[in-house]
Amino acid sequence: MGAPRVVLRDLRKSFGSTPALDGVALEAAAGEVHAVLGENGAGKSTLMKILAGVEAPDAGTVTLDGAPWTPRGSADARARGLAMVHQELALCPHLDVAANVALGIEPARLGWLRAREQARLVDAALGRAFGSRAVDPRALARDLSVADRQLVEVARALATADATGGALRVLVLDEPTSSLGASDVDRLFGLIRELAQGGTTVLYVSHFLEEVARIATRFTVLRDGRTVGSGDVAATEMSAIVRMMAGRDIASAFPRTPRTPGDVLLSARDLAGTRLPVEASFELRRGEVLGIGGLVGAGRTELLRVLFGLDRVRRGEIRVGAAVGPASPARRLAQGVGFASEDRKGEGLATSLSVADNLTLSRPGPSGFGLPSRSRRDAARWIEELGIKCSGPEQRVVELSGGNQQKVQLARLLHHDVDVLLLDEPTRGIDVGSKAQIAALVDRLAGKGKAVVLVSSWLPELLGMADRIAVMCRGKLGPARPAAEHDEASLLSEAVGL
Amino acid sequence: MKRLFDRAGLGPLVALAATWALFAALAPATFMRASNLVTMARQTTVVAIAAVGMTLVIVSGGIDLSVGSAVAFTTVVVAATLRAGHGPLVAVVAGVGAATLSGLVCGAMVARLRMAPFIVTLGAMSILRGGAKGLASEQKIDCDPRGLDQLLAPSAGWPLVPPGVWMAVAVAVAGGLALRYTRFGRHLYAVGSSEATALVCGVDVARVKILVYALAGALAGLAGVLEFSTLTVGDPTDSIGLELEVIAAVVIGGASLSGGEGTVAGSIVGAMLMAVIRTGCTFVGVHNWVQEILTGAIIVVAVAVDRIRHRAR
Repeated sequence: MGAPRVVLRDLRKSFGSTPALDGVALEAAAGEVHAVLGENGAGKSTLMKILAGVEAPDAGTVTLDGAPWTPRGSADARARGLAMVHQELALCPHLDVAANVALGIEPARLGWLRAREQARLVDAALGRAFGSRAVDPRALARDLSVADRQLVEVARALATADATGGALRVLVLDEPTSSLGASDVDRLFGLIRELAQGGTTVLYVSHFLEEVARIATRFTVLRDGRTVGSGDVAATEMSAIVRMMAGRDIASAFPRTPRTPGDVLLSARDLAGTRLPVEASFELRRGEVLGIGGLVGAGRTELLRVLFGLDRVRRGEIRVGAAVGPASPARRLAQGVGFASEDRKGEGLATSLSVADNLTLSRPGPSGFGLPSRSRRDAARWIEELGIKCSGPEQRVVELSGGNQQKVQLARLLHHDVDVLLLDEPTRGIDVGSKAQIAALVDRLAGKGKAVVLVSSWLPELLGMADRIAVMCRGKLGPARPAAEHDEASLLSEAVGL
Repeated sequence: MKRLFDRAGLGPLVALAATWALFAALAPATFMRASNLVTMARQTTVVAIAAVGMTLVIVSGGIDLSVGSAVAFTTVVVAATLRAGHGPLVAVVAGVGAATLSGLVCGAMVARLRMAPFIVTLGAMSILRGGAKGLASEQKIDCDPRGLDQLLAPSAGWPLVPPGVWMAVAVAVAGGLALRYTRFGRHLYAVGSSEATALVCGVDVARVKILVYALAGALAGLAGVLEFSTLTVGDPTDSIGLELEVIAAVVIGGASLSGGEGTVAGSIVGAMLMAVIRTGCTFVGVHNWVQEILTGAIIVVAVAVDRIRHRAR
């Protein structure tokens, strides 16, 4: 182990009266892959903003290679050898891939771009990030898949390293694999190791503990803005890390109360959408959780969208209770079918509106009039029932953590009192504690006779929460079998079409 | 047909050619005459120069409603400076300088105070209009134009078109190149496309915004100088509603009001299309009210076509 490269001591930062960081310490050596773990709201994003020079700490010190680290902004931080890959997919949709990779570090003379130099920089970085999978540097960012966008971000960080003469001292990766397939993950990990061997310190922020075990050598756990533990990954039990993150044992992460399936609430026969799904048939009964497994891009989200009326039905039949045929989302809600999008911020929530407004969005009041006092009262009830952490019904959703945003989205469906919940990746990108709470909530709902379609890429969750599981592969939904007949290996092999 | 529209920028060009052909067929004797073409070029000049600035602003995700007032204000400043006995160069510098300053202040408020560009420039629109009226004591300012009237005069002795038109060409070429081939241009698209991304990538978003409004102000000032050249007086009530015409030209040219999209070439085509319709209708003897309906319809159709093109992707 080399000399410490990044040293954080007693870092503190408050926004208004709420402390975001309340004593963070971290030490990472040159060439080390260091995992930064913590639930959402633990202070990771604030920590990263401070490292990037976007925010200044109230107290405490950051030193890089022994010198105080006080960048004047992200441009300065990049120039001085600290690059970031953001989880929020920071790409300009209207710009092409090359322009996105070179953004902020465009080779230029007297303000004029130097096309050839840029091409050299961009091509090298893209080649390393995408490997043999070619990507057109002139494709617009908005036309790329989510996985490709994430790799473009990685390429940008690599380009930064090249543009600064290879002196990339620290690379911060925030959930870099959340939408990547297995082969892309492998190549990214290869890149990370390569960079680390070259002396770059990699700070790896992630929720995926299996990944942390694979790639990181050391870890630091944050909770409520404080460092609560750190150590060698190899010498520490994963369960111990989870305990540090949550501050409690999650013994029964997936509670399961006995349920008795009732009559069929939702069914599909030979259902096909415009492009995806290709073919899907299933039955969903009252008091049942139907899990949908499969790879990202297999058509699971599209299935839910077609069911909810967001996408067109090309062929086949949907039956909701006694109603047959396609319907608009408004009609579906009236029939008692609700949809929670995986894209929480984009379409699941109106993030600039308050918690109360979001909760009562689809059902403002009995007569269609939304009285503010009434929606505040309704919201207060759900905030209490689901344990949504917020300052009150009037707080804007954008200010909440991911887990609490997700609870607001689910509460909207519950407030509408739907019978069928279509949940798309309900626990993605949220903290361990919220995950457990949402699992418990789904269990409670099923016990009360609601029916749930659960799309999830996290296999333990699928196995733990669903009664029956059907796997989607290239747009085709397989037969639904009891969860007990599945394990992670069988789900995976069915997902890749073996 | 869909393939045709897929090529960005081709749509407006096709529309321009079609309208041109239509009027050439309806009034072959007068419309295609060389003197008429020069007249149209002259009439496009003011809108075109302002449209270059507006394109940059709209690409960056902003809007500038103060263009019409800035043009009028500039004519008044130029006239007042000339009447005070200064030379034409001083008058031009004073006029363009005043408009640039206004843009600079707008940009600073948008960038530093994070105010909505619509509100800031709406305020500037009223302030500049009032300022122009106050400066001119609510009358036209008569003065000796001292050669400035020659900028758009047909007999100025420049090849093909008057010097003012050449100025517009130069501005358009410079603007187009800057938008496409400079770091500043790239950053305008980035800020308009996703400001948050530009920020985390180290783009100095505030500087880009201040600069773009100042530049748009300067170009509005230049447009004002050319407007003075045709008016030969300072007129505080001139160019009311010009900003909408300029915005229409930019939007017809394929820019998106939500930022990140647009080209100078497209905007110039948009400005020319509107000029062709205006003069063409006059030649054919179409009533003014029909002309206005036609212009409005073209704006709406242009954006509708753009939407359909986007949905096809």
